[in-house]
Amino acid sequence: MPRYLLAKLSLLLWLTGVIIAGIAMPMVPSPERWFELPIIPALEQKARIIFFHVPMSWTTLVAFIASTVYGIMFLKTKKLDYDLRSVSAAGLGTVFCVLATVTGSIWAKFNWGSFWNWDPRETSIFVLLLIYGAYFALRSAIEVDEKRATLAAVYSIIAGVTAPFFIFVMPRIMTGLHPGAKGDEGGSTPVAQLHMPANMRVVFFASIIGFTLLYFWLFSIRVRLARIESSSEQS
Amino acid sequence: MVLPRLVSGPSVQYLESAVKSLFVPSYQIFLKDSSSELRTRYALNALFMFVVTALSIILFSLGSESVSSDVLAGMLWVIIFFSSMSGLSRTFVAEEERGTVQTLQLISRPSAVYVGKLTFNFALTLSLNVVIALLYLLLVNGFAVQTPSIFWATLVLGSCAIASSSTIIAAIIAKAHTRGTLYPVLSFPIMLPMLITVIKATQLSMEGAFFSEALGEFQILISYTVVLVAVSAVLFDFVWRD
Repeated sequence: MPRYLLAKLSLLLWLTGVIIAGIAMPMVPSPERWFELPIIPALEQKARIIFFHVPMSWTTLVAFIASTVYGIMFLKTKKLDYDLRSVSAAGLGTVFCVLATVTGSIWAKFNWGSFWNWDPRETSIFVLLLIYGAYFALRSAIEVDEKRATLAAVYSIIAGVTAPFFIFVMPRIMTGLHPGAKGDEGGSTPVAQLHMPANMRVVFFASIIGFTLLYFWLFSIRVRLARIESSSEQS
Repeated sequence: MVLPRLVSGPSVQYLESAVKSLFVPSYQIFLKDSSSELRTRYALNALFMFVVTALSIILFSLGSESVSSDVLAGMLWVIIFFSSMSGLSRTFVAEEERGTVQTLQLISRPSAVYVGKLTFNFALTLSLNVVIALLYLLLVNGFAVQTPSIFWATLVLGSCAIASSSTIIAAIIAKAHTRGTLYPVLSFPIMLPMLITVIKATQLSMEGAFFSEALGEFQILISYTVVLVAVSAVLFDFVWRD
């Protein structure tokens, strides 16, 4: 029996359930039964993006933090294994970052009228894409393993400490379209307030948990692959 | 260097050792860099010509159009960003090319090298930015600063922020291939919060805002500089040691 077969199967079932629930739960004007969602004015069926887009952005953030933390651990221990983990996390972060950007952009076309509006959160995810791009460009420009790992770790830490400035800088220059931006009725906070009915909230958090577990599964596959590749290069 | 002994005790000894081991060597590295730069003037001449070229491109592309003040404020910082990107990596790249890295590693501590290079980059950025700003004020029609205090404070704090972020990136790219292209690519995401803030502050200075209205922007710039210098000082050891 393969390793962790049960865990993988249950993750598969979990995500299938989340996707079915997110797409298929009916939206009715006055929800009465447990599976009915309310219709949100001006969003209607488009509100379903919250079950997929937000967990993707969340996973991007998890991957970014994981990459930086593994970078710090590499600098402390100088074990190249941490660098393998750091780069695997960054690679997955890039994938999820692109997914979140593309889904958000397509959705914005239908709800806000254009693919890109330079709203604060769009700008932040664009900068995150730039950081990932720069990170991989830096890695490809250095040949020595140790040096590449050290400099990439240093760069990801510097990028990590400047990222929070966007929370302070962005709202000063533009009003946002996302929830939680300046001018929003719920108040402007870095983290959007959740105004969701209970059943919607359950699906939302189930999706966040599912995506996070999916990230960790993909991460372990990538790390094992990277280890095999690096040991086959050496021999 | 001998400090006057007004008070004695462990704190004074600590201060004295800090001055001896950090500030004196970093000052000497600053002097070395500035004198070698002033002697050859390769970088300075090239940088000056870069600024003139960039400014002429802007002037030609504007022609006799009247452009809004927001665009002009942004363009000033576009010139400043790219001039810094072409000039500030030199401090580390030149050490790497001359093969003097190991000598520096032998004679001084990494933190002293970092502080020396940071000071040099700050002096270079500030003088470059003052030249750019003066030329821009003279040559670009419609760029009228209503509140000079905000404008010059933004220029000085912006130079601090540029020097603090670009020095550590310069140390990183000096160890990589394709340095010239990599430098702006690595710096831009790091500098973006600071660039947005200085552009906003420049717009404020053109709108005739009071000095107190720009204090929020200045706070962001100062905290950005402090955070980057602190993080770079910790991480520089890893970058510098081979």
